[in-house]
Amino acid sequence: MDRKIVLKAQELSKQVSSPEGELTIVDNVSLEIAAGETVALVGASGAGKSTLLAMLAGLDVPTSGHIWLDGQDLTTLDEDARARLRADRVGFVFQAFHLVPSLTALENVMLPLELSGRRDARDIARAMLKRVGLGSRSGHYPRQLSGGEQQRVALARASVVRPAVLFADEPTGNLDTVTGANICQLLFDLNAESQTTLVLVTHERHLAERCGRILTMTAGRID
Amino acid sequence: MRGALILSMRILAREWRSGELAVLSLALLVAVSALTGVGFAVDRIDHAMRLQASEVLGADLRLGSANAINERYAAEAERVGVSSARVTSTISVVLKGDATQLTNVNAVNTGYPLRGRVRVSNVPFGPPEFTDEIPGPGEIWPDSRLLSTLDGQVGDLLTVGAREFRVTRVLISRPDQGSGFVDLSPTLLMNEADLASTELIQPGSRARYSALFSGGQAQMKKFGIWLWNNKGPGDRLGDIAEASAEVNRASSRASRFLMLASLASVLLCAVAIALTARRYVQRHLDLAALLKTLGASRAAVLVVSLGQLACIALIATALGGLFGFLAQKWLLLALRGLIEVELPAADWRPLGLGFVAALMLLVGFALPPLVQLSRVPAMRVLRKDVGPPRMATILAYGPAVATVALLIFWVISGGWLAFWFFVALLIATLVLTMAGLLLVWIASHLRSGAGFSWRFGVANLARRRADSVVQIVALGLGLSVLLLLAIIRGDLVDDWRNQLPQTAPNYFFVNIPPEKKGAFEEFLATRGGKVTRILPMIRGRMIEINGVPITELVKTNPRAEGFGQREQNLTWSDQMGAGNTITAGKWFSAEDAGQPLVSVATEYQESLGLKLGDKLKFDIAGETIEASVSSFRLVKWDSMQPNFFLMFPPGLLEGTVGTYMASAQFRPTDPGSIAQLVRQFPSVSVFDMDDLLAQIRSIIDKAVLAVQSVFIGTLLAGVVVLLAAVQATRDERRYESAMLRTLGASRRTVLTGVLAEFALIGLFAGVIAAAVASLGGFLLATRVLEIPYHPNVTLWFTGAGVGALLVCVAGYLATRSVLSQPPLATLRSG
Repeated sequence: MDRKIVLKAQELSKQVSSPEGELTIVDNVSLEIAAGETVALVGASGAGKSTLLAMLAGLDVPTSGHIWLDGQDLTTLDEDARARLRADRVGFVFQAFHLVPSLTALENVMLPLELSGRRDARDIARAMLKRVGLGSRSGHYPRQLSGGEQQRVALARASVVRPAVLFADEPTGNLDTVTGANICQLLFDLNAESQTTLVLVTHERHLAERCGRILTMTAGRID
Repeated sequence: MRGALILSMRILAREWRSGELAVLSLALLVAVSALTGVGFAVDRIDHAMRLQASEVLGADLRLGSANAINERYAAEAERVGVSSARVTSTISVVLKGDATQLTNVNAVNTGYPLRGRVRVSNVPFGPPEFTDEIPGPGEIWPDSRLLSTLDGQVGDLLTVGAREFRVTRVLISRPDQGSGFVDLSPTLLMNEADLASTELIQPGSRARYSALFSGGQAQMKKFGIWLWNNKGPGDRLGDIAEASAEVNRASSRASRFLMLASLASVLLCAVAIALTARRYVQRHLDLAALLKTLGASRAAVLVVSLGQLACIALIATALGGLFGFLAQKWLLLALRGLIEVELPAADWRPLGLGFVAALMLLVGFALPPLVQLSRVPAMRVLRKDVGPPRMATILAYGPAVATVALLIFWVISGGWLAFWFFVALLIATLVLTMAGLLLVWIASHLRSGAGFSWRFGVANLARRRADSVVQIVALGLGLSVLLLLAIIRGDLVDDWRNQLPQTAPNYFFVNIPPEKKGAFEEFLATRGGKVTRILPMIRGRMIEINGVPITELVKTNPRAEGFGQREQNLTWSDQMGAGNTITAGKWFSAEDAGQPLVSVATEYQESLGLKLGDKLKFDIAGETIEASVSSFRLVKWDSMQPNFFLMFPPGLLEGTVGTYMASAQFRPTDPGSIAQLVRQFPSVSVFDMDDLLAQIRSIIDKAVLAVQSVFIGTLLAGVVVLLAAVQATRDERRYESAMLRTLGASRRTVLTGVLAEFALIGLFAGVIAAAVASLGGFLLATRVLEIPYHPNVTLWFTGAGVGALLVCVAGYLATRSVLSQPPLATLRSG
C-alpha cells in the first residue's frame, strides 16, 4: 500500500557567501519521505546534513528548490507561517538538548502546548514526563538533571504535541554510550507508539541502522 | 498569545528569583524614584520656599495704592476663601512732651500680618518675642529707634496726630519691613480702628494703602487672576518674586539644579537600561530561537520579552513611586526645623510622570533590542553563530535619541537650554565613542612588553571592540554626569553661602551728616563694629535725556516712569564696589575725577533705552548737572552691600549738600549700644538686617539640603550604570576565565588580567569624563545657573583615579564569584 508522502524536497540547494566566494552547502537535493517512515541522514562533518535538516523543518530557507511538509510548500510561507506549521506538525530533538534553563522539566514539556494555546497543557505534559520516566523529577530545573535526563525531557517536549515529523539532530551526540543507547531506545519507542515520521541526523552508525532508510550525504549531495 | 504571556510571566518569575533582572529593575527603580522623588520634593520645597518667602511680603499677594483700597477686593477674597488684611501707612510727627520725631505710622487691622509674625519686646532693642496680636484700641507699638529718640519707654503716652496713645510694647520687627531703604523714618504700629481719631488721613494727605491676601494655592491663583483683571488703574500688585530677590534667586537656582540632577539620574538610568537590555538580548537569543523552533511567531517571541519588561516597569514604577514619596517625606522631615510654614499636601502628578518616564525609557532603550531579539532566526538552535539580522541604524538608535530628546525637553520645559543640553549630550557621546575607539586601537598595539596578565587584559579590550566602546561610553557618561554635578553642586553651595557669609554686614546706617562721619565711625569702632563700606549719598531727580525732558519721554515709554520720574539716591566713588560688573564702557579712572560722567545700572539702561555717551541732566538740590553715560553696571542687588543705580566719579558732586550711608558688621555686646547711637546721632536711621539675613539664610540652607539630597540620588544612579556596564560582559568573561584556568592559569593571573582591562576602561572613561565635566560645568555655571565657575585641576585626577578604582572594584566584585567557581561548572553552563 502506498503511504502518504509527508515530506518532499525538490532540487533543494543552499548557498552561502564566504570570504572565498559563494559556497554550496546543499546541492540540488530531492527526496521524499512517507508518513511513519524513519530516515537517517548520515555523512562526514560539513557534508550539509544539519543544513538539509534545518531546511526540511522550515528553520532555514533554501536558495532554490521547494519543500513540501504535510502538503504545504514551505518556500511559499513567511517566517510566522512556517512557525505555525512547526507548532502543529513538527517536533525537534537537539544534540545540546536546548531546554529553557529557567523552566522546570514539566514547564519545558508544557512549552509547545502552551504556545499552541492548549489549556490542558499541564496534564498532558505531566503524563508525557511520566512516560519518559521522569514523573518524579517534574519540578527539577535542567541544571539539576543529568545529560540523559535532560535529553529525556527534550524527547518528551518534542513528542508531546504528537508531531507529523520528528527531527532529531545528533540526539545522542552529547551522551555517553549507555545513556545514548537508552535515549535511542526511547526515541524509537515513542516513534513507534505515535506513528511519527522520524528524520534523524547522526554520526553513529548503529543509530542510523535502526532507521528504515539511510541517506548518506557527501559534499551537499545525497549519494 | 495567551500561551506567550503565561510563558513570559513564568520566565520572569524564575529570572526574578535568580537575580537575572536585578540591574534592569534597579535602573528603572532609581529612575522612577529620582523623577517622582524630585518631582514631589521640588513641588513641596518650592511651596515651602514660596510660603516662607511670602513672609517677606507679609502675604502671598499684596496690593498697594495711593487711594483707599476698594472694598470689593476683600469681599471677593472672602467669597473665594482667601484671607485679607489692610495696612494704611502715612508719615506723621510723633510727640512725647517737647521731643518730636518724623515717623512712619502703620495702621493695621486684625489678621495682620497674613504671613510671618511680628516681633516685640518690652524695652527698645530688647530681646524679641513673637506675637500674633496687633495693638489694641488706644495702644501703639513704636519701634526701638522711635522710642529711643523720644527717650520713652513702655507705658508712656505718645501723641500721634490728634490723640494720645499708650505705648504697650516695643516693635522689634515686622515681616514686611523690607530690605529697601524706602522707610527711612522710624516706624510705629497702631490699630486701624484708631486711625480716624488721629485725623492724620485728610483729603490730599499722603498715605499709602495696602491690602494683603493669602490662602491656598488654588484659591490664590484664582483670586490673583481676578484681582489682576479687576484692580483699579492706580493699584499695584506685588508678589514674592519682587519681595526678595535673594530668596527668588536661591529658589530658582535650587529648582534648576534639582531639575538637572533628576534629569541626570534619569539619563544615567537610561544608559543602564540600554546596557542591561543589550545583555538581556544576548542571553535570550537561544530562548527566542528555541521558541520559534517550537512554533512561536515573531509576535509571540516579542510578547514573551515585552510582557516581562512591562511587568518590571509596573513593579519598578510602583516601588519607585513609593520610594520617591518616602524620600520626599524624609527630606521634608529633615527640613522640618527650617520650614516654619504649613506645607500643602503632596500633589500626585509626579507619580504619573514617573510611570510615563519609565515607559518612555523602556520603549526608547529596551524596545529596539527586543524587536531585534524577536528577529533571531530559528536556525540558531542548530548554529550558534546565527544572530538576528542587522537593524537599520535609525530604528536601532532613533527611539533612544528621541526618548532622550523628549525627556530633556519635558524636564527642562523646552527652550534653548533643553536644545543645547541635548546637543551637548550628543557631542559628549560622540567624543566618548571616539575615545573608546582610540583606546581599542591603542590596546591592539600595546600587547607586547608586559606580563601575561597585562597582555590578556589589554588583548581583551581590543578583541571585545564593540563591548569595550559601549562600556567606555556608558561609564564615561556616568562619570561625566557625576563629576559635573559634583562641581556644580560645590559651586552652587559656595555661591549661596558666599552670598551671605557670616561676615555680611548686618546693619545699615543712613543719613550720617558729613561733619559727624568720623565720630560715627569711631563710635562703632570702639564698640567692636566694623564699617564695611561708607558712601556719600545725595538725592536728585533726572530731568532730561539728550535734551529731551523726562516728562516727554514718559509719554512714549511707560517703563521709564518708575526710573525717570522719582527722586533717586546718587553717590560718587572711585570704587565700583563688590557685586558690580561692568557690561559696557569702563569704570572711572583717576583722570575721570571731576569729569561730568555717570555710571548707570543695567535696569536703568534697559528701562530708559540708554546708550553709552547719552547726556543725562539731573536736578540735585536745585542745581543742574549734566553728565554723559560712561559705563553700564550689572548690579547684584542681593549682595547685602550699599549699591546705587547711578554713580558719579569723585570731584563732581562734592559741592552739593549730602549725607553718608554705611554698611557695618555690628554685634554689640551691650544691648543699649544702638539706643546710645540713636541718641548720639539722632539724624541717623538704623536698619537692623539680622532678621532678614536669618530669614534668607534659612531659605538658602533649605535649598542646600535639597541639592545635597538629590545629589545622593544621582550617585545611586551612577552606581547602577557601573553595575550594568560591568555586568554587560560578565558572561563572556566567566567563560574566558574558566578556559584560562582549565589551561593552567592561576586565579591570580586571571584576576590581574581582568583588573588590567577594567582599570584601562575606568582610567580612559574617567579622563574623558573629567574633560566633558569641566566644559559642561563651565557652561552650566556661567550660562544656566549664573554662578562663578572655579576650574578644578584635581577633577582630572579624581575623574581618572575614581573611574579606574570604581570600575576595578565593581569588576572584581562581579568576576570574583566566577573565579571561585570550578572551571568545569562554568564551561558546562556556558
